[in-house]
Amino acid sequence: MKTKKLINAGADAVDEMLQGVLAAHPEHLYAVDDVPRAIIARNGPRKGKVGLVIGGGSGHEPTFLGYVGKGLADAAAIGNVFASPPPDPIMACAKAVDGGVGVLFMYGNYAGDVMNFDMAADMLALDDITVRTVLTTDDVASAPADQTDRRRGVAGNVFIFKAAGAACDLLYSFNEVERAARHANARTYTMGVALSPCSLPQTLKPNFQIGEEEMEIGMGIHGEPGVARGPLKTADAVTDELMDNLLREMKAERGDRVAVLVNSLGSTPMMELYIMMRRVKARLDEAGLVIHTSLVGNYCTSLEMAGASITLMHLDDELQRLIDHPCDCAMFRR
Amino acid sequence: MTIATEDLQRLFALIARDIAARRDHLCELDGAIGDGDHGLAMDAGCEAAAKAVAALDRAQTAPTAVFNAAAKAFLNTVGASSGPLYATAFMRAGAAVKDKSELSDDDFLRAFAALAQGIQERGKAEPGEKTMVDAWKPAADAALAAWASGTPLSQSLDMAEQAARQGCEATKDMTAAKGRSSRLGERVIGHIDPGAASAAIVIASIAKFVEQHDSCRIDM
Repeated sequence: MKTKKLINAGADAVDEMLQGVLAAHPEHLYAVDDVPRAIIARNGPRKGKVGLVIGGGSGHEPTFLGYVGKGLADAAAIGNVFASPPPDPIMACAKAVDGGVGVLFMYGNYAGDVMNFDMAADMLALDDITVRTVLTTDDVASAPADQTDRRRGVAGNVFIFKAAGAACDLLYSFNEVERAARHANARTYTMGVALSPCSLPQTLKPNFQIGEEEMEIGMGIHGEPGVARGPLKTADAVTDELMDNLLREMKAERGDRVAVLVNSLGSTPMMELYIMMRRVKARLDEAGLVIHTSLVGNYCTSLEMAGASITLMHLDDELQRLIDHPCDCAMFRR
Repeated sequence: MTIATEDLQRLFALIARDIAARRDHLCELDGAIGDGDHGLAMDAGCEAAAKAVAALDRAQTAPTAVFNAAAKAFLNTVGASSGPLYATAFMRAGAAVKDKSELSDDDFLRAFAALAQGIQERGKAEPGEKTMVDAWKPAADAALAAWASGTPLSQSLDMAEQAARQGCEATKDMTAAKGRSSRLGERVIGHIDPGAASAAIVIASIAKFVEQHDSCRIDM
């Protein structure tokens, strides 16, 4: 049983996608000469500004490269499908966006990414480029609340990168950018559910098996199994299950503001996302929480996986200002 | 009889061939408890390493440079987790045989042990955490112990191969403390760690290489 994809050779999928991205968005993005996997913002990097480099595996589009642009990330290092980029493109990104006051690496907390970005940071230190790292750990399903540093980074990346990129754009100092980025990550909570698997371009085989009547709760964004498998329920029941976990973690007071992201894992259509959003709104109303801003759509995907995640960012005055700050990226504008 | 650059070129080609043959199997193992791409990463990395090493001028290249070329090619083709792990392993092996124009059995054994050391240092994993270290460390320990007690290189690496296979099998009953599957708790029990499985294949290739190399030796 092979899955169907509009690709050429599976091994060329990532690079051919990047060529298409550059063809579509030349006013926003360019690749470093001879380093096609280092994608840089045309109008982002500048002198005196902390450079923000994000990155990770392909297959999550518009994450990561869609969030490269003025007011958000300055560059993205692109890996193979679901695989961390190697140090070379990471270093090329850092060199291209270094404004002389330091470079911040932000990416999801995965062992491979940590090793590759750390190797890059070690080598950049030899070139006198100071790098700091803030890992995203928004996936509440991936470790218990007393071990948040073990959690994965998933769709919450969108809000967390957004806040950090705004802090850079507002010319916060390196220390302040790092603090704001950690603050944004600490107040962002995501949980997802998957209904059907995705397949890698090079194998064309589903990357996990799941029954017709089942769903995977707490699924990661690479098709890693979640915390539990259960019978498929209604949209409201699934949304409730996710919201119960998120609200329990968030510990918000009545009257607090949140940013909401209802995200498709790839093939779940807008219709279903909005059905979930309706329930999210009802649950937030019930809890006395105010939606300051909401995003619904494909923001952090897992190829053609069916399923969705819900992200809540617990806003305060600073995070609200950073989330509202204008940005102009190839696939995201505010 | 020693191991020279051209032999190492053959070794990397052999590893690439053996991993390629098991690519899909490794992806299936990874699909059960990870994201399903480990076979692709190992295949691409080993192929890139073999290609880079094959392109070296054997007359001009010392063994240490062979390992370093393999490291660089593997790392920048793959990224992922296996990239930094195997790149560090190859760099440590290269460092262990620095300044040698060809390798004695003792040199080769030290390079083999350095591979395991590099993987453990880069990944900061201990045995029992359901990673490739569960194959590499017992393999290196077994080879070193056999070698120290006077066992010839080929048999010492056979011991390593057996230890790697047992270590890989033992990951089935472990929960994971590192890597992607570390967040799945009890659900990973009953599944072999794909990194340990690919490690066992690489170690078997190395053992096979030494055996073939030995059988070409002329008894003096």
